[in-house]
Amino acid sequence: MSTTDVSGANGKISEQLDAVVIRFCGDSGDGMQLAGTQFTNVSAVFGNDVKTLPDFPAEIRAPAGTLGGVSGFQICFSSSDIFTPGDEVDTLVAMNPAALKTNVADLKRGGTLIVNEDAFEKSNLSKAGYDSNPLDDEEALAAYQLQKVPMTSLTRDAVAELGLSPREAERCKNFFAMGLVYWLYQRDATPTEEWVKSKFAKKPELVEANLKALHAGYNYGITTEAITVHYRVDPADLPPGNYRKVTGNEALAFGFVTAAKLAGKQLFYSGYPITPASDILHELSKLKNFNVVTFQAEDEIAAITSVVGAAFAGDLAITASSGPGIALKGEGMGLAAIMELPLVVVDVQRGGPSTGLPTKTEQSDLYMCMFGRNGDCPMPLIAPATPADCFEMAQEALRIAVEFMTPVLLLSDGYIANGAEPWKIPDVSSLKPIPIVQKNTQTDGEFMPYLRNEKKTRPWVIPGTPGCEHRVGGLEKSDVTGNVNYSPENHQFMTTLRAEKIAGIADFIPEQTVEGPESGDLLVISWGGTYGAVRTAVKQSVQEGLSVAHAHIRYLNPFPKNLGDLIKRYKKVLIPELNTGQLRMIIRGTYLADAVGLNKVQGKPFLISEVKQKIREMLDEK
Amino acid sequence: MSVDIPLPVLSPKDFASDQEIRWCPRCGDYSILAQMKKVLPTLGIPKEKFVFVSGIGCSSRFPYYMDTYGMHSIHGRAPAIATGVKLANPDLQVWVITGDGDSLSIGGNHFMHVLRRNVDLKVIMFNNQIYGLTKGQYSPTSPTGTKTKSTPFGSVDRPLNPLSVAIGARATFVARSVDVDVKHLASILERAAHHKGSAFVEVYQDCNVFNSGAFAFASKKGEKEENVIFLEHGKPLIFGKNRDKGVRLNSHDQPEVVELGKGVTEDDLLFHDEKSEDMNLAFLLASMRYPEMPEPMGVFRAVDQPTYNEAVYQQVEAATERNGEGDLEALFNTGDTWTV
Ligand SMILES: Cc1ncc(C[n+]2csc(CCOP(=O)(O)OP(=O)(O)O)c2C)c(N)n1
Ligand code: SF4
Repeated sequence: MSTTDVSGANGKISEQLDAVVIRFCGDSGDGMQLAGTQFTNVSAVFGNDVKTLPDFPAEIRAPAGTLGGVSGFQICFSSSDIFTPGDEVDTLVAMNPAALKTNVADLKRGGTLIVNEDAFEKSNLSKAGYDSNPLDDEEALAAYQLQKVPMTSLTRDAVAELGLSPREAERCKNFFAMGLVYWLYQRDATPTEEWVKSKFAKKPELVEANLKALHAGYNYGITTEAITVHYRVDPADLPPGNYRKVTGNEALAFGFVTAAKLAGKQLFYSGYPITPASDILHELSKLKNFNVVTFQAEDEIAAITSVVGAAFAGDLAITASSGPGIALKGEGMGLAAIMELPLVVVDVQRGGPSTGLPTKTEQSDLYMCMFGRNGDCPMPLIAPATPADCFEMAQEALRIAVEFMTPVLLLSDGYIANGAEPWKIPDVSSLKPIPIVQKNTQTDGEFMPYLRNEKKTRPWVIPGTPGCEHRVGGLEKSDVTGNVNYSPENHQFMTTLRAEKIAGIADFIPEQTVEGPESGDLLVISWGGTYGAVRTAVKQSVQEGLSVAHAHIRYLNPFPKNLGDLIKRYKKVLIPELNTGQLRMIIRGTYLADAVGLNKVQGKPFLISEVKQKIREMLDEK
Repeated sequence: MSVDIPLPVLSPKDFASDQEIRWCPRCGDYSILAQMKKVLPTLGIPKEKFVFVSGIGCSSRFPYYMDTYGMHSIHGRAPAIATGVKLANPDLQVWVITGDGDSLSIGGNHFMHVLRRNVDLKVIMFNNQIYGLTKGQYSPTSPTGTKTKSTPFGSVDRPLNPLSVAIGARATFVARSVDVDVKHLASILERAAHHKGSAFVEVYQDCNVFNSGAFAFASKKGEKEENVIFLEHGKPLIFGKNRDKGVRLNSHDQPEVVELGKGVTEDDLLFHDEKSEDMNLAFLLASMRYPEMPEPMGVFRAVDQPTYNEAVYQQVEAATERNGEGDLEALFNTGDTWTV
């Protein structure tokens, strides 16, 4: 849907759109992540709903100009609420031939293709594997509105008087590209200008150069004859409130700090750097004045075990990693589980196995997190749905940990961790405090470390408390006293008790809800970062008159109490996942439901269209 | 804790837990446990402030036998767990109990890092040059050629010298003692307890089941005097039943044994300096191994340096002073915000 009017200035046409998808792509040294982030900011501040998908190469510096070195950033911004960064790209900005080659297939027919013409010279063309210049091949690019812009030379001219080195001058070309796109979509550049001023406060010549390049790009849009249309996307109709943009990793950090503050506890965070989890450590390391202690451990084993020690000593203790690191933490999690200590382990999933696709998203650690410990060792497992949801789920993870004295796993993924969306800033006074289980003792006064309350939770009594000296450890122990006990009956009893305690958490989590009809032909079940694509696909299918509903599971262990009954109300069940069918296997095993999978392992999120097509297919077959 | 309240007078019995001790009869571990119980009441620290963290191995059962806070954890990881305990609550006195396999094989990484960070922990390594709990395989400290179930033709590994590793990691307190030398052991534990920073103590411990007598040279009455040197700060290196032998540096700066008298006086000998900031002397002493040389016992190195936990909290305090106590509302509203 779009409306067109002719705006006064320069007689250019301004077309109104509901939602637009832009992708900036170029060499990893071209500043595309920055361009995308800045465009996201100005759109968010303008009031659009936004969703982003950063995509970067695994190599820090792949050879410049090569296909392997292409870095991209996709943003969808809209005047209504949206759930994904979009399937097809409306406007593609390609800074070099390699970027064009790897991205043009995603540009929709009739879409705007803006290229940096200067970069299409011989050596770049050959590095990208082009025999001839694709910009000269009018037929091949006829489907798009091609804008050839000599960005490098225009940028160089714009900053000429500042006396920068040619290299420094050319590096500003991402700001030229941003300026042009700001004009194209009528964005107010003020937030970006402010950002440049504070970022380069110590280098005034760079402030000036970047601003000049930004304005040159914008003015190029106004003056050039070639571009005749620009677009307007109105602010979205979001619930009233104060907003900011958050990524999933930021929201996790905020959530953890919030929980600690509400519980009146020190936060202890330990991690070993790994993509895409490192940002949680970076964020929390800045927040020491929130009574946060961060520890960059020597490896993931030290990260989890130091957290076990900190939890024993009374801190709200958290560690995060990604697949390979979580694999190393297994033994430590088992220790925390048998000692019944509260802590949170975050897995920001990426493509596996082993080092796999380190910068790409996947959902294939579900089995590992559900089952990947020695012995019978159930752990609560929760998964946020979106970047902003990480704020609530971070608190939820800590709540469950201390309420039930157990390690808790929180499964995020690369798509949620790096993706950004508007976050309605909560009213601090409305946040739920975290209750801490107090010590209890036996009637005769002797302290019993494994005496339980009605939730089967033992007390959290921390070293330093007089009269409650006790020992915990990895050897099986008797209930109530906590003394070591290897008797067969006791091990059976304790194994069952621990499992019952975790299963009992189902009474203290929300019931599963569905979007769409309460019963019908098809239920689509999703978890984690596929929320947006599945939600949109189901919504559109319902609008098309299909009998389909969507259940997005945020509590994976234990499952919500009503999930089994809910599944039975639909004739068919579809479970789309970015793995080969891990939740599907668990759902089939748990509820004997004949669930069908839609499975993609390409390091990329689902497109809405892929999910919609599968929904149709399933409803078409009899 | 308020400083005004007089501390209850504690005795070794107060530190004995009600758990049955399951070490083999005559295991060296008993002696170390007994000395620990003797030393703790002398420190003026309330009982509830002690935490014992161990890994896995015979020696690592230790925390169960102490009536303090304790954790028997997983193989090799006690230093990392103890770091978490100390960082969460720097008010606690945290002891790490570990074996030679526990700390140098599986836990070598954490061992090195806890020492180089100078976390204020006391690491007591029970060295029996064997894996006890898994029933007698060679360990990273077993001499080359050690015959065990896993090395029936003799081990071909070259052993690690725990003290050299600790000094290499710049541990600020490094010491050695023997299980049966109870007075000496107690005095070393006491000094470790008083050290501010990571204290590393290697204790020669007799596993009389799988490696009996491995340290007889250092424990047998009447023989040990000829085989070990008791280090004393500022004193020359003298040993022997009749205190008639000493160690001096030869022309290549290598230690050599000399007899006193006959032209050699005490002043010619090497003098011990545990406070030396450079580590050469400590390395040199750690390199003296029986039977080529008498082995030093006592404190090799005791230097005063800022601890990791202090530094961590200084940053927390500095950040709080600079930015004020964390305010969630302000945090959420950093950066670009907008109102709908
Ligand atoms: C991850 C893991 N690997 C292996 C073991 C088996 N294990 C238990 S104790 C031990 C070695 C103990 O030797 P040492 O640390 O020297 O202690 P000691 O028993 O001699 O006191 C081994 C290999 C284990 N418990 N955990
Ligand atoms: S096996 Fe050796 S170290 Fe273990 S308890 Fe027995 S004697 Fe002690």
